[in-house]
Amino acid sequence: MRRTFDEMSSDDGVVRPAYDTLSKWLSTVPHDVLNQRRKEAEYIFRRIGITFAVYGEQNSQERLIPFDIVPRIITHDEWTGLAKGLEQRTKALNLYINDVYGKRDVLRAGIIPEDLVYQNPAFRPEMNGQKVPHDIYVHIAGIDIVRTDPSTFYVLEDNARTPSGVSYMLENREIMLRLFPELFSMHKVAPVDKYADDLLATLRSLAPHRSHEPNVAILTPGIYNSAYYEHSFLADKLGVDLVEGRDLFVKDNVVYMRTTEGPKRVDVIYRRLDDDFLDPLAFRPDSVLGVPGLMSAYHAGNVTLTNAVGTGVADDKAVYSYMPDIIRFYLGEEPILPNVPTWRCREPDHLKYVLDHLPELVVKEVHGSGGYGMLVGPKADKAQIEVFRNKLKHDPANFIAQPTLALSTCPTLVEEGVAPRHVDLRPFILTGSDKVRIVPGGLTRVAMKEGSLVVNSSQGGGTKDTWVLDV
Amino acid sequence: MLSRTADNIYWLTRYVERADCLARILDVAQRLSYQPVSYGGSTNEWGSAILTAGCSELFVAKHGALEEATEDAVVSFLAFDAENPASIRNCVEMARTNARSVRTALTSDMWDAINGAWIELRAFPDKALSREELTRFLAFVKEATLRFDGAMYRSMLRNDAYWFARTGTHVERADNTARILDVKYHVLLPEKERVGGPLDYFQWASILRSVSALTAFHWVYRDSVKPWLVADLLILNRAMPRSLASCYENLTRSLDDIAGAYGRQGPAQRLARATQAKLTNHSIDDVFQTGLHEFISEFISENNRLGAAINEQYLT
Repeated sequence: MRRTFDEMSSDDGVVRPAYDTLSKWLSTVPHDVLNQRRKEAEYIFRRIGITFAVYGEQNSQERLIPFDIVPRIITHDEWTGLAKGLEQRTKALNLYINDVYGKRDVLRAGIIPEDLVYQNPAFRPEMNGQKVPHDIYVHIAGIDIVRTDPSTFYVLEDNARTPSGVSYMLENREIMLRLFPELFSMHKVAPVDKYADDLLATLRSLAPHRSHEPNVAILTPGIYNSAYYEHSFLADKLGVDLVEGRDLFVKDNVVYMRTTEGPKRVDVIYRRLDDDFLDPLAFRPDSVLGVPGLMSAYHAGNVTLTNAVGTGVADDKAVYSYMPDIIRFYLGEEPILPNVPTWRCREPDHLKYVLDHLPELVVKEVHGSGGYGMLVGPKADKAQIEVFRNKLKHDPANFIAQPTLALSTCPTLVEEGVAPRHVDLRPFILTGSDKVRIVPGGLTRVAMKEGSLVVNSSQGGGTKDTWVLDV
Repeated sequence: MLSRTADNIYWLTRYVERADCLARILDVAQRLSYQPVSYGGSTNEWGSAILTAGCSELFVAKHGALEEATEDAVVSFLAFDAENPASIRNCVEMARTNARSVRTALTSDMWDAINGAWIELRAFPDKALSREELTRFLAFVKEATLRFDGAMYRSMLRNDAYWFARTGTHVERADNTARILDVKYHVLLPEKERVGGPLDYFQWASILRSVSALTAFHWVYRDSVKPWLVADLLILNRAMPRSLASCYENLTRSLDDIAGAYGRQGPAQRLARATQAKLTNHSIDDVFQTGLHEFISEFISENNRLGAAINEQYLT
């Protein structure tokens, strides 16, 4: 593997200017003080109940995501470039999905192979020809970014369905402010706490056209969902109701919630529930999580669902590989943020290359997520590689492959002390009917194990606070 | 607010109140069991704890006759048993589950109190507590519930969420006080013992202690502990926070506050007011005229009817 770029300092120990203060501070604070603070942070997280669930694990109903107390720093200029690229990318995503469920120019122009749309399990024929409020599908996007050298940020993944993690972005900052006020006094860190206001403003701007104050609710599958903490956290910060399917009902194509004062109309639903579970009349009839009739109300234009139904058609890894073309096609611009070079195993010459170079590549399932169903070539043994070789031959269209990127590392507090660990970054992009809003920062995820590239929380990855410096 | 939210808050406070009451019941049983035999050390105080808690059927099915209930069996059943829906562990568990699903409607102090209690509870072993451990455990439960009540009282906005919380507390508290009184009257005293005798006295005093009212009793009556005075204090005295009269005064007020905010009265308000009027107009002589047990049984059903009415009117 290539040498990895460390966010703080180069191999010969030269510290990048943005990390100057932090680096000096780290070298003066005793290790046991750092450990002590980490324990405090853990205690606070546990106490507040900032937990998540890993499905299929025993007794894991509530696990803590490891929190690292060493912040990750992004300069103002780096952020400005990133934000522009993120906005461009989100705009293109929205145009693409509108087109896919509308005129399908992109298919006619031969930019995207038809089967990527029509055979995509996340494609919702129910949305064909439907106009969504304000023509926006992806109101809340989480775009995963990795970095390989001082000047290159790659987009690793587009999350256009229900990206999670924003509560950690906000809570990590709160904890850091509490534990290390002196560090903040030494830096000009752009605040992230405006996110809640931004999200509420975005959601309100999306209400179907009506005269009165829009009533916004967050729809959760309930307390057993892995991201339940986040759902309740957001409802709390926004000051809106956190509803479950059973709290809502539809009458004459209008959605109401059951309240102690009788039915109350709902205009905008930020749903943290997959398409499949939204409405047993439209999708899975066995689901009790959703609201019967919700889709009729949606189609009648009486309620806005965020993100819109069917956005999954744009966030799998096969479509990802076409994003640069999608940006060029709809916006007539060059992509500001590059993709990681990607081989599409559906294409025979790509497949051949991938099969010949498996030990060097990362192979991912097109619809996989959370670090599941992937092969990290350089870390895999022969048997694992053979398993993937067979999978690839059997169903090549189900896979993409990428070079094993030398993901940047960031100093992280681990057992042995402060050591470099690989990180990525998930900023959150909000698209309202009025404008696009991005708070400076995002969720930095960190692979806590030495050398590991897997940062997903379901795989033991941790998080750290992300600082965007003001000027 | 969402009906489900109101429902969760209402049951959250009921479960917290119930956990507190169970701890008090165990406390009394423990205290009674320390008495020398001449004071009735051989009475069935552990069995009566099960009766007071209102879960005798399940207990008998699992452990056999109440008369032969052992301390270990009763403690583990009331404190920790996962199969007993009304064990302290389950009450705390359910309170916390309810709290978790309506976190947004609670203050962070309240969440912290209940979540902290839940975390701490898990540090206690499941069974076979030593006497010291049991004492420590009961103190922990009482402290946790006090803390939760305090957090609620000190940090909640005075709006419908608060009133539903208070309603839950007082419906449950009224039920618990009534049960504690009823069990004393009918179960504790062995037949050969004299009403008003030393054992009787000691048992009534324990009941007062269980609701932290022994000192209050002396302040109010300036007399030795007598059954009808205890009954007067716990049923009719509005100054006594656990009395039925006090619970209903609070219930009526909370329900009226809800009705005021929503601009609509209903059966819950009418039922609460009717019961309150009865508690205000009765003297303790009237109560004993009816028969204490009959009076209390009637009260418990009225209280249940109120619970059903609240559910019907607001929580579904």
